[in-house]
Amino acid sequence: MGSKRDSDIQKKPKTGFSRRGFMRGVGLGGGAIGTALLEKEAVAAPPPAAAASGPGEVPISLWVNGKEHKLNVEPRVTLLDALRDHLSYTGAKRVCDRGTCGACTVILDGKAVYACSVLAIDAQGRKIQTVEGLSQGSELHPVMKAFVHHDAQQCGFCTPGFVVAAKAFLDEHPNPSDDQVRDGLGGNLCRCGTYVGIRQAVLEAAKGMRG
Amino acid sequence: MPDYKWPAMDKRRVMGKPIERIDGPEKASGRAKYSTDIKLPNMLYGMLLTSPYAHAKVRSIDVSQAEKIPGVKGVTVIAGPGTELQWQGAEIAAVAAEREELALDAVRAIKVDYEVLNDHFVREEDFAKAQAAQKVQPSGEVVTGDPDQAFKEAEVVSEGEYGIPVLTHCCLESHGQTLAWNGEKMEYFPSTQNVSGIAGDLAKQLEIPAEQIHAHQDHMGGGFGSKFQSDRWAAEAAKLSKGAGGRPVRLHLDRRTELQIAGCRPSFFGKIKLGAKKDGTITAWDSTTWSTGGLGGGGLNAQLMPYVYREVPNRRINHSSIVTHTGGARAWRAPNHPQVSFLTCSAMDDLAAKLRLDPLELFIKNANYTARANVYVSQLKKAAEMVNWKSNWHQRGDSGTGPIKRGLGIGVGTWQGLGHNATCKATIHPDGGVEVELGSQDLGTGTRTIIKQVASESLGVPMKDIKLNIGDNRYPVAGASGGSTTVGGVSAATRKATLNALEKLFEAVAGGLGAPAAELEAVDGKIQVKGNPSKSMTWKEACRKIGVTPITATGENNNRFPGGLIDGGVGGVQIADVNVDVETGVVKINKIAVAQDCGLIINPKTAASQCYGAVIMSVCGALMEERVMDAQTGVFLNAEMEFYKLAGIKDIGDIEVHLDIVPEYDARGVIGLGEPPVVPGIAAIANAVTNAIGVRVPTIPLTPRRVLDALAANERRRS
Ligand code: FES
Ligand code: FES
Repeated sequence: MGSKRDSDIQKKPKTGFSRRGFMRGVGLGGGAIGTALLEKEAVAAPPPAAAASGPGEVPISLWVNGKEHKLNVEPRVTLLDALRDHLSYTGAKRVCDRGTCGACTVILDGKAVYACSVLAIDAQGRKIQTVEGLSQGSELHPVMKAFVHHDAQQCGFCTPGFVVAAKAFLDEHPNPSDDQVRDGLGGNLCRCGTYVGIRQAVLEAAKGMRG
Repeated sequence: MPDYKWPAMDKRRVMGKPIERIDGPEKASGRAKYSTDIKLPNMLYGMLLTSPYAHAKVRSIDVSQAEKIPGVKGVTVIAGPGTELQWQGAEIAAVAAEREELALDAVRAIKVDYEVLNDHFVREEDFAKAQAAQKVQPSGEVVTGDPDQAFKEAEVVSEGEYGIPVLTHCCLESHGQTLAWNGEKMEYFPSTQNVSGIAGDLAKQLEIPAEQIHAHQDHMGGGFGSKFQSDRWAAEAAKLSKGAGGRPVRLHLDRRTELQIAGCRPSFFGKIKLGAKKDGTITAWDSTTWSTGGLGGGGLNAQLMPYVYREVPNRRINHSSIVTHTGGARAWRAPNHPQVSFLTCSAMDDLAAKLRLDPLELFIKNANYTARANVYVSQLKKAAEMVNWKSNWHQRGDSGTGPIKRGLGIGVGTWQGLGHNATCKATIHPDGGVEVELGSQDLGTGTRTIIKQVASESLGVPMKDIKLNIGDNRYPVAGASGGSTTVGGVSAATRKATLNALEKLFEAVAGGLGAPAAELEAVDGKIQVKGNPSKSMTWKEACRKIGVTPITATGENNNRFPGGLIDGGVGGVQIADVNVDVETGVVKINKIAVAQDCGLIINPKTAASQCYGAVIMSVCGALMEERVMDAQTGVFLNAEMEFYKLAGIKDIGDIEVHLDIVPEYDARGVIGLGEPPVVPGIAAIANAVTNAIGVRVPTIPLTPRRVLDALAANERRRS
């Protein structure tokens, strides 16, 4: 998803419609958008509801925002739940818990992923960056500043996921067009309807980050 | 008593300015803590077992295996033997465990023997089947004027069938809470629209005095009308916590259960017949409609039709409720209104098409039937201008020969939005500090920001120097945030409390400034003699004169006496511009134009966000959102966000908002803006699609399949 998603889309013929728009046409027959992309990421994991019981907790270590954390988790625990419940990184939110909404987005080895669809044990030895790792102390990341400036948030529950996805997207598209922003952030959902502000924010952040 | 009235528009220094929301940085950086983020020491994870069936009886339930799982700290049975489960997702048992995975294991280890009840589930779309199954509750006919005679005399009669299905709230933060007992007292962290009232609601369930529960919430991830009460899951979490010696329990619904049982919006289906003169003047209305809100039936007020155009002289209204074994309805942003707007505006648009009239003219021509003809006429014209109606509108279906058809459509709305009752306490400290307290909540609407703007405006103190406390039931009681009542309630209460406190400050410094208290004003961090800035002292100097005891004052909004600060009742018009690909059936929004009257706007930035968000919710409802129930079993087929579709950032087109921020409307005072803009959008989009493709798609959402089906049916009719 995130930046990777965007490059996938760019290869497809332009239809003028979002994938989400396309998928819904087939109603319940449509597959999950996230799933197809996650296969490419090779980090797909069955949702926890479908997971078999593990053999108990195993010690793992996670490298989050430049810091190593040692913890014990069952193999079925997702990266999202490990971050939120075993550690205290609650910026990433659990919303759909199955790779649809992007509220749980974190950056794994430079790529945005749905943390609800990655197992914590599979994230070992990889660089995990969460929303908490983007701001420097109290100094907000330029993407966050732009979100505030353009009021790209209401309840704010989807916001950290959007901020992280936007950051990863901008890393790969430092000079995006409005259309690219619409494509590149298509893997995140907001119920309050803050997309107008988000489009403006991402374009402004791009300018700010280019300097 | 101070004069509370708002400063004149051109004199406002803080109110009316597009100030960034004050909790924006906290949210954007991920620091904001929601109920689901709260982790207390020693916390247990709670989970519910819910009914897989729409209608069943529990024969027996065995929790012994669940209790044996190491790490499981409690199991409560909600639906014991003999209990009838009335919808899929109904609560059966709850567990608490050291880890969420273990709670899941425990839920799976509970054995329930169900007697599946053999009454076929009814989908309310199918009125005849519902009638045969005796699931219809008619609410009686209401007749005004003489519709029979009027239809006889009508120069034209237009008929249509329309339907809008059940939607759910799908709040991104699911419903639930974290809570813990400390002896007899409870710390309660809900996700709620009702900070002042929710502890009382939970106390009632637990049969304890409300004072024993301390409710606190800083942020909440969406409610839209579904988060006023504490709900069964809070009571179960409380029992589990108590059973575990007061250990904290966090329990939030998983997504599937949230969609199934945490509230939904009633459907609305029906037939509408309109009688009119050739010039488009509507003379008669006849509607036969039905809806479901679940087992209790209805939940929809069909008497709101004809919507906005209330005063059509001759009308007959029939409505029935359909009983379904589905999770119950809850208030959903602007209860009733989007549905009745969709049906009414669709019928009016069909009438215009039948008469080969421009619907814009028909909507304008009949404006005298509305409660505010001037407002609607000017908004219709404004919105039309925003989409360039004159050059872009065409007769229904006259959209060229290519596969991409463009169309325009109109929707209208109205809402009350009068502020709720609220009390605010303002404190001025001897060191110059200012504190403002209300038991209110910020749902993401900007409540924190506008309260500070009002306090800052009233006291002449910068917003950053005001400490605001909300989100706690220890603060003075403020109403629940529903029905667009918050902004009016909290702004009026804050205005009064701060001015009451300021009056006391004036009294304390009057001597020092050599002028009576009534002659003083607070401006730009100074207290000065009105019209004589040379006789002044700084805010800090003034506060030092208070002595050791801070000044406190309260202010109350009582909505039976709005006192000129607040008002209710707005109109709004939206026009949608869409493209439809008749080969694929895909609808694409080009633009939605919003013309909204709004009273006094405290913060145009957050006000615009309300409008954008509302329009985007309408796009979801018009094009993709729908609860799909299996007709045989009553199973909610799309109860996951993969299949319960919401619009993404690319689906919404361009949205242009025009708020009537003018002295004439401003003079009415503050009016809520949460619901009004969510009303007209679905009607506007549906009418635009009809205009584009030349045929009415009777039921929304306008999925490609429904669009193609409607086109195919039309072709069959023609050949
Ligand atoms: S919670 Fe991970 S994608 Fe929705
Ligand atoms: S801001 Fe509420 S879900 Fe996006």
